[in-house]
Amino acid sequence: MRRTLERFTLLGPGLAYLTALMVVPLVLVLSYSLFQRGRFGGLVYEPTGENFARLVDPLYLDVVLTSVKLAGVTTVLALLLGYPTAYAIAKLPAKWKTVALIALVLPFWTNFLIRTYAWIVLLSPAGLVNDALTGWGLIDEPLQLLYRQPAIVAGLLYAYLPLMVLPLYAALERMDAELLEAAANLGARPARAFFSVTFPLTLPAVVTGCVFVFVPSIGNFVVPELLGGGQTAMVGNLVRDQFLKARDWPFGATLALAVVALLVVLLMIQAWSARRLQGGRDA
Amino acid sequence: MRRIPLGLTLVFLYVPIVVVVVMSFNAGDSPFNWNGFSLKWYGELAADEQIRTGLGNTLIVAAGSTALSTVLGTLLAVGLARHTRSTLLDAIATLPVILPDIVLAIGLLAFYALVQLTLGLYSVLLAHAVFGTAAVAAVVRTRLSTTDPSLEEASRDLGANGFTTFWRVTLPTLAPGVVAGALLAFTLSVDEFVIAFFTAGPQSPTLPIVIYSMVRFGVTPEINALATVLLAVTFTAILAVQRLTRLAGTR
Repeated sequence: MRRTLERFTLLGPGLAYLTALMVVPLVLVLSYSLFQRGRFGGLVYEPTGENFARLVDPLYLDVVLTSVKLAGVTTVLALLLGYPTAYAIAKLPAKWKTVALIALVLPFWTNFLIRTYAWIVLLSPAGLVNDALTGWGLIDEPLQLLYRQPAIVAGLLYAYLPLMVLPLYAALERMDAELLEAAANLGARPARAFFSVTFPLTLPAVVTGCVFVFVPSIGNFVVPELLGGGQTAMVGNLVRDQFLKARDWPFGATLALAVVALLVVLLMIQAWSARRLQGGRDA
Repeated sequence: MRRIPLGLTLVFLYVPIVVVVVMSFNAGDSPFNWNGFSLKWYGELAADEQIRTGLGNTLIVAAGSTALSTVLGTLLAVGLARHTRSTLLDAIATLPVILPDIVLAIGLLAFYALVQLTLGLYSVLLAHAVFGTAAVAAVVRTRLSTTDPSLEEASRDLGANGFTTFWRVTLPTLAPGVVAGALLAFTLSVDEFVIAFFTAGPQSPTLPIVIYSMVRFGVTPEINALATVLLAVTFTAILAVQRLTRLAGTR
């Protein structure tokens, strides 16, 4: 009895709060996607599948595919840059590891808008990148770097790269060095040992890192707007516009749910790859 | 050889920041071309009414949501670690961390519309306390996992009731974790944009919302100065959190 009361006092307030301001809002978003939009915004409580059908309307499908492409390219680049980075940190002497990790996360903790803004300063026609390129005589006239899709990828990569490096670092750090010695004793060269031992063992972390980069990238509306000049819309921009401009909350909610569904699928893949590795080790 | 990617990554991460900081001391009106050293943009910044209002709003929201998050998150952490093994409750407490911010943002907007809460500073404050609570709970649980539950048992064996044990034994051992969690919640709230953007309403912009509208209107050296101030504040805060968490971890 006393124990139950204690439990209630400790868990009750926090869970009640998170239920009211997170679980209920999520259920609302879910239910909105099932209803129709009223003529003047708002909601008509008549069930419809129309919102989901609109996801594959060419007009919106194009935005969805562009988002998947841009977020996908960002994720691949983050992996290509992030894996060797995480590897390098894991091989540093203990003292320098902490320093490198702090150096890696410090920019990540600074205001997201400021970090995006910094790329406008770098990429604009009079910015540092164009200055350097013309200064070295590589180009005659400043390039239009801003307001193009590569600028969006640069901004997203800049924003989320640490989210790739950190799980990879954790996995590489945990890895048993004896496994690599064993591979070497069996005659594997470093490259072979890396692709047969190290990489497969860190695969769950690779998937985790990819989820951590891909999901926020696809939902981001600030980077496409500021660095893409509003010419390329991503799912995040669409969600925002449906809620704040078109006042079509049901369709905005459906788009947001599509992002959540994607997140769930990716997390399931991650859990599956982790379990598979675990199973392989036990066998 | 092996360290080249690390070097590349650090260059990639720091060049934009360094450029912004250097240009904030530029005497000229251009945010790109160097015209000598000056502090004039910091003067402009200090005189900017919009930014002062935004900063005030941000601090009110951050202080309020941090206070709320710290109480809720600490209780929740102790409850989850000592009184349950439910994966569902675990999931609810960690969901705000992985949920895309835009999803939480529109969910809260829909919720506020349903309960007919007028958007303002308190709606942002309540929204920020959602991820704040999850952050505090996560940090405090890390701290709890390194403390010895037998201290609490000893306290009970000596006849202390649950409240006394919590107040005189559990909480003091958790203190560094609670402080680190509160600092984290505060920093997250100060920086948060997307959820504030959806839940603030037109009358109460927080600083990130002010920055967003400034950046949308174009690049000015004043933003460079603002960016530099924010960078300095965040770097200091994060290094303080780092020190505290390390203390929390070793003691």
